[in-house]
Amino acid sequence: MIEIEGITKRYDDTTVVDGVSMVIEPRTVTVVVGTSGSGKTTLMRMINRLVEPTFGTIRIDGEDNRSMPAHELRRRIGYAIQGHGLFPHRTVAQNIATVPGLLGWGKSRTAAKVEELLALFQLDPATFADRYPHELSGGQQQRVGVARALAAEPNILLMDEPFGALDPIIRAKAQDDLLAIQKHFNTTIVLVTHDMNEAFHLANKIAVMDKGSVLQYGPPAELVRAPANTFVETLIGETERPFRLLSTGTACAAAEPGEAEGEPIREDLSQQEVLAELLWSGRRAAPVVSAGGAPMGRVTLEALVKRASRLQ
Amino acid sequence: MKAWLPTFLRALLCLVLIAFLLAPQVFEPLLKPLVQPNAPAIYNQGSLIDLTLLHLRTVFIATVLATLVAILLAIMVTRPFGAEFLPLSRSLVNIGQTFPPVAVLALAVPAVGFGEKPTLIALFLYGLLPIFENTLTALTNLPRSVMEAARGTGMTDFQRLLQVELPLSLPVIVGGIRLSVVISLATATIGSTVAAKTLGEVIIAGLQSNNLAFILQGGLIVGALAVLIYDALTAVEALLSRRTGRA
Repeated sequence: MIEIEGITKRYDDTTVVDGVSMVIEPRTVTVVVGTSGSGKTTLMRMINRLVEPTFGTIRIDGEDNRSMPAHELRRRIGYAIQGHGLFPHRTVAQNIATVPGLLGWGKSRTAAKVEELLALFQLDPATFADRYPHELSGGQQQRVGVARALAAEPNILLMDEPFGALDPIIRAKAQDDLLAIQKHFNTTIVLVTHDMNEAFHLANKIAVMDKGSVLQYGPPAELVRAPANTFVETLIGETERPFRLLSTGTACAAAEPGEAEGEPIREDLSQQEVLAELLWSGRRAAPVVSAGGAPMGRVTLEALVKRASRLQ
Repeated sequence: MKAWLPTFLRALLCLVLIAFLLAPQVFEPLLKPLVQPNAPAIYNQGSLIDLTLLHLRTVFIATVLATLVAILLAIMVTRPFGAEFLPLSRSLVNIGQTFPPVAVLALAVPAVGFGEKPTLIALFLYGLLPIFENTLTALTNLPRSVMEAARGTGMTDFQRLLQVELPLSLPVIVGGIRLSVVISLATATIGSTVAAKTLGEVIIAGLQSNNLAFILQGGLIVGALAVLIYDALTAVEALLSRRTGRA
């Protein structure tokens, strides 16, 4: 759990972050969105003390984050940034082993961890371990960057626009991978982005920031149904609202008992994707199956339309 | 131009240089036409190979010292505590460069006497600037995202310097050392005006006895050494750049 309490950051006369208080639940994905200059990155960098606040306290699992030297704190918190920031003079394996090395892990423990992470990120250890970052594609570099951030098994992972440099196809895949990784390690993730689609795709809770303040902090559906002000409304996009609502739920949640014709839909698809599939295939309902292929009922167009409405 | 040609030419130059140093008499017929009938065509007041080795030793010692001091200085002024000294150290090192080496020799002789010492001082001062400037450029132009990541992973300032900043700066630093060595190789010849044992002795002897062959062989050996060392360090630099993924 990360408790942010009355955090303010001033540079000379400019207030970048202005009295922000919020609680980030453990084992969740919290996305901080806002325009550039809204202070979202500064807020995140104060969690691992890359920036020191002017006022306020941040507690991690109840402990003030200033109770230990900053470099020791950072070794316990994963940090992944846009443009990956891999060390160009070190191989993939050496890059991933950075924090274990700083913590003084043994050779075999480190090697095992590197291998595990490479496999988890679908990078064959035999092929990639000894390559240098410049020999990888953008998507591979990004994955190594996240693997490095996770190497010392941190409870918390901070991500600063980690997918900003990726093309749309790789980005969608990277986002799905991140959710899978989050489930696998039960990491608390705080992610900063200006991409609303990304926020709705990933977040358990979204914090909207503008001019240094958090305007609204809550589950994605709440932001759509009850935006705190016009800024939040504009950021979400008026015409996007029903689709944003659908994007926050899975097919599983919209399933009802019954039969339907045609190609089955996987339960972990978002309702937005299910809607698209139904519209495209011209069906009024589709069967839902689990990842293993077991039937789980059906999703109907009517149910989705109901879910997309503010009245629900 | 064919890819192997430069390598071949360098190897040839290296072989000719070694042959000339080991057995200068063999080349006597080539240099004979340049001198008056009774004058010697090959330097005869000392061994050419000894002078070459002493010349290289002087340059080596001066460059090692200049490298250590320049890098330490550049590291210091790029740390938060030393930032104030950046302008001061820049001007100090620049003065070292603008001061004519002959003047340094003239000033150093009364203080430390004749011989190798004043030459070392002149070469040291003269070699500082390229290494300092290059190290400074390298340390202040490291990729932002890499530096950010280094902080984010929890490296201490010192770990960041040793594990990230210096390794990434190395190719550019070697570039500075390369410039410094070449300047020193040439400048060391004037050390012989204050009795340092360098190849300058051969050139000065030629000037005094109006012996064109002496001047030429002294100059050519220094020139050949400079070309070969320059190329070797360029290769080291390229290798390092490739390893840091910047090539």
